[in-house]
Amino acid sequence: MNREYRDIPGTYVMDGQHCRKGYHLNMFCMSLNKAENRDEFRKDEAAYLEKFKLTDEQKTAVLERDWLGMLRLGGNIYYTFKLAIFDGRSMQFVGGAMSDVTEEEFRQMMVSGGRPVEGNRSKKEQEQSNG
Amino acid sequence: MANIVTGIGTSHVPSVGAVIDNGKEQDPYWKPLFDGYQPARDWIQDNMPDVAIVVYNDHASAFGLNLIPTFTLGVAEEFPPADEGYGPRKVPTAVGDPDLAWHLAESLILDEFDMTIANEMSVDHGCTVPLSIMFDKPEQWPCKIIPLCVNVIQYPPPTGKRCFDLGKAIRKAVEAYDKDIKVAIFGTGGMSHQLQGERAGLVNAEFDQSFLDRLTTDPVGLTKIPHVEYMREAGSEGIELVMWLIMRGAMGDDASETYKFYHVPASNTGAGLIVLEDGSQK
Repeated sequence: MNREYRDIPGTYVMDGQHCRKGYHLNMFCMSLNKAENRDEFRKDEAAYLEKFKLTDEQKTAVLERDWLGMLRLGGNIYYTFKLAIFDGRSMQFVGGAMSDVTEEEFRQMMVSGGRPVEGNRSKKEQEQSNG
Repeated sequence: MANIVTGIGTSHVPSVGAVIDNGKEQDPYWKPLFDGYQPARDWIQDNMPDVAIVVYNDHASAFGLNLIPTFTLGVAEEFPPADEGYGPRKVPTAVGDPDLAWHLAESLILDEFDMTIANEMSVDHGCTVPLSIMFDKPEQWPCKIIPLCVNVIQYPPPTGKRCFDLGKAIRKAVEAYDKDIKVAIFGTGGMSHQLQGERAGLVNAEFDQSFLDRLTTDPVGLTKIPHVEYMREAGSEGIELVMWLIMRGAMGDDASETYKFYHVPASNTGAGLIVLEDGSQK
């Protein structure tokens, strides 16, 4: 299987391996679609997480709202964003948290045309230019 | 005979729905986007279809990772808006067209497209935001809706060529339908955007504008873009653009562009809108 996409920097492709790793994490996130589950999670986050087969690392990432960590542990942004919705956070906040800038800086980057593709296409290309 | 007369391509950014729901279209941040939408909104009022087939992707709303169908056709009488985590959008329940939808499902499967059939399905922003973009805030949507949901979250999504070919099969099926109705098809999602990871916020306006141009000048060329190129050039979520190729495939070879608009940013996304008209209708 060609996995050329693994050369794209800062990108966690939801392939089969990623899905297996993050299945329970993502399905926990999806459970927040239901109002009664949101209420239960709000009451006691850690207790609610026990209902899902998350790894300890995944539980910590959820409780600490480690947005990048969740992706590295198999999360998919459409699922983990359910947790951001729960927190009342914007996509700019989460985008900023994952790329290490503030929400306002991220918003400004978008207004200025977004993150450029130049220099962000390929890990190999980045390594070469960093010499 | 039924005809596909209109093709709409549009992004389905969730915050655009929230802006419409809250009447914030004139805010300085959003005004340029809605000014760009207006000509298409005016145009569709004079060219209202009887039915719209809305090609979109579900975002962990109706489908989770427990079951991941590649193509799902909604054959229900109605499709309520989904709760995506903040309560369902206050938009009308979409009224389906089970007669045409079942005709499509049967025709497509016999034409070797193995559709999943949904008798019950809620629709999330992927489907409702394009309707709001085109129809604003009516009491009821002005036409019947057939949702066609495509998996683009779990890799790999269907190829651009497969999507284009599905569009062609949809056209053939619609033309074989015995009622004399006008059908529009929406291809939604994209354009360039990446929501995840350290590369979040990627937008590639050059890629998007070229894609918009080539929808009329070189659609077959677009079907050859591999997944890795969408992800690299248009962001990991830019791969949603394959759904526009279902719409394009369902339009005739001689479809022409009636309106086109592009704006950066809508939230984290390069937002495009295109209106195509079937060549034989002009």
